[in-house]
Amino acid sequence: MEKRAIFDNKLLPYALLLPQILITLVFFYWPASQAVWQSFLIEDAFGTSSEFVWLDNYRDLLSKPDYYASMLTTAWFSAVVTFLAMAIALLLASMANKQISGRNAYRTLLVWPYAVAPALAGVLWLFMLQPSLGVLSKLLRANGVDWNPLLNSNHALIMVVLAATWKQISYNFLFFLAGLQAIPRSVIEAAAIDGARPMRRFWTIIFPLLSPTTFYLLVVNIVYVFFETFGIIDAMTSGGPARTTTTLVYKVYQDGKLGGDLGGSAAQSVILMAIVIGLTAIQFRFVERRVNY
Amino acid sequence: MVENDRLGAWIAHVVLIIGIVILAFPVYLAFVGSTHDAATISNGQMPLTPGPNLVAAYEKALFTGTSGTTREPVWTMMRNSLIMALAIAVGKIAISLLSAFAVVYFRFPFRQTAFWIIFVTLMLPVEVRIYPTYKIVSDLGMLNTYAGLTIPLIASATATLLFRQFFMTVPDELVEASKIDGAGPMRFFVDTLLPLSVTSIAAMFVIQFIYGWNQYLWPLLITTSDNMQTIVIGLRKMIVTQDALTEWDVAMATAILAMLPPVAIVLLMQRFFVKGLVETEK
Repeated sequence: MEKRAIFDNKLLPYALLLPQILITLVFFYWPASQAVWQSFLIEDAFGTSSEFVWLDNYRDLLSKPDYYASMLTTAWFSAVVTFLAMAIALLLASMANKQISGRNAYRTLLVWPYAVAPALAGVLWLFMLQPSLGVLSKLLRANGVDWNPLLNSNHALIMVVLAATWKQISYNFLFFLAGLQAIPRSVIEAAAIDGARPMRRFWTIIFPLLSPTTFYLLVVNIVYVFFETFGIIDAMTSGGPARTTTTLVYKVYQDGKLGGDLGGSAAQSVILMAIVIGLTAIQFRFVERRVNY
Repeated sequence: MVENDRLGAWIAHVVLIIGIVILAFPVYLAFVGSTHDAATISNGQMPLTPGPNLVAAYEKALFTGTSGTTREPVWTMMRNSLIMALAIAVGKIAISLLSAFAVVYFRFPFRQTAFWIIFVTLMLPVEVRIYPTYKIVSDLGMLNTYAGLTIPLIASATATLLFRQFFMTVPDELVEASKIDGAGPMRFFVDTLLPLSVTSIAAMFVIQFIYGWNQYLWPLLITTSDNMQTIVIGLRKMIVTQDALTEWDVAMATAILAMLPPVAIVLLMQRFFVKGLVETEK
């Protein structure tokens, strides 16, 4: 798609693009290329000299069990949060899509958590689940659960999952609602006339027609859990106990903060880059398909 | 629905209300926390209804800060967050409008290249290049400055894509008319294109303001001095894990203050918010 009516000017377009391009080159491409370059180097302890070591950093990284542990945590965390946040959002969206009174008020009251910072969501849930003073912890303890996310890694994971899911429901809800509203009423009415009950209509007609939205959200939610839950984890568990809530991104941050292994941290960054590029590519291939469909 | 079923409507109301209550409950509790004194909360004796400490907690948070971990008053943090959010939102919109204008309304060598350079940044979030980016900002002497907090974040592929998409729908006749009137490209941009883009700009503003206000990893790296920290970072520092020293009343007051501006913007500008969210993500 191209404009037919355009302006003639040799230099102006470059001047217009300059600020954006300059920022991307300085703060995106240069650091990204630095990360790739550093991932092939080993620096000595004083940072005075470095040696090109090909893939040694990657080999080193992939031989460490804690890297796999962190991968597993990330995978598990993404799967659970994505599933919960999408399932709950879909349920709420299909209810909000019915012809009921107060639909707009319901929508308003369901979308605002989108504006809450992830780290802040973490603090809110921590306040409820803090073992000694949290309101929900007391409830759990009264029911015989020895709730202690500071020591028990399952409890810590549950806590992080709750905060991350809570924060993401609104976003998914808005997209599911938009998707549901785009389904032609006539299709659903035809099915109703054929005698399909609401549940059957949902699974055989509505859910398949929603699949572009579902697929899109699947990718977005995975990206969310990978990257944006950093604040939640840092606020709630700092990756603990015993690194069991350390995701891949949190590990890059922590390994780098503790200093030392620049090459290893760079290698981790490069692997993450590959993951984002893969996810984005999947997303855009699908967008193209949807356009034809 | 298709059948006129009362039961279905009832179920819908019940499910939605449960959903709303679950979403609101953590915030309600934080508010209750901000109205009781720290000792009551630390003892685990906090009731589920608001207490008498509201004014004291907010006053202490806003003008004094906590006594221990971070002594900065919260209003300084709010000022920093506001500057950061506004600079990011305005900066992103400004440079993206210019880039989109260049890409849509001119033909020049490397046009596609420029577009791809901007587009690929979608795949390079801060999180995958944490330390090299930190190093550049530090080499440029931008640690603990507003410039360091904002400029590296104002490149925006999403905003550029959105404005590009919108400019494509603007009728060609407007360009022709401007040309006949003798207006140059910048004149057309300011007098014709910008007024037409107001809705898209508002939508983008809502999304990017929230993005800027809620930043976490970046200010965590870039700001080390207390008077530069944002409210989200400040709140995080007030929570001392594995320790009874957290002043929960002040922390919860800060939490409420930290979510007020972005939540208010979403609620007041809901139409633009929904538009911005749904359209940028295509």
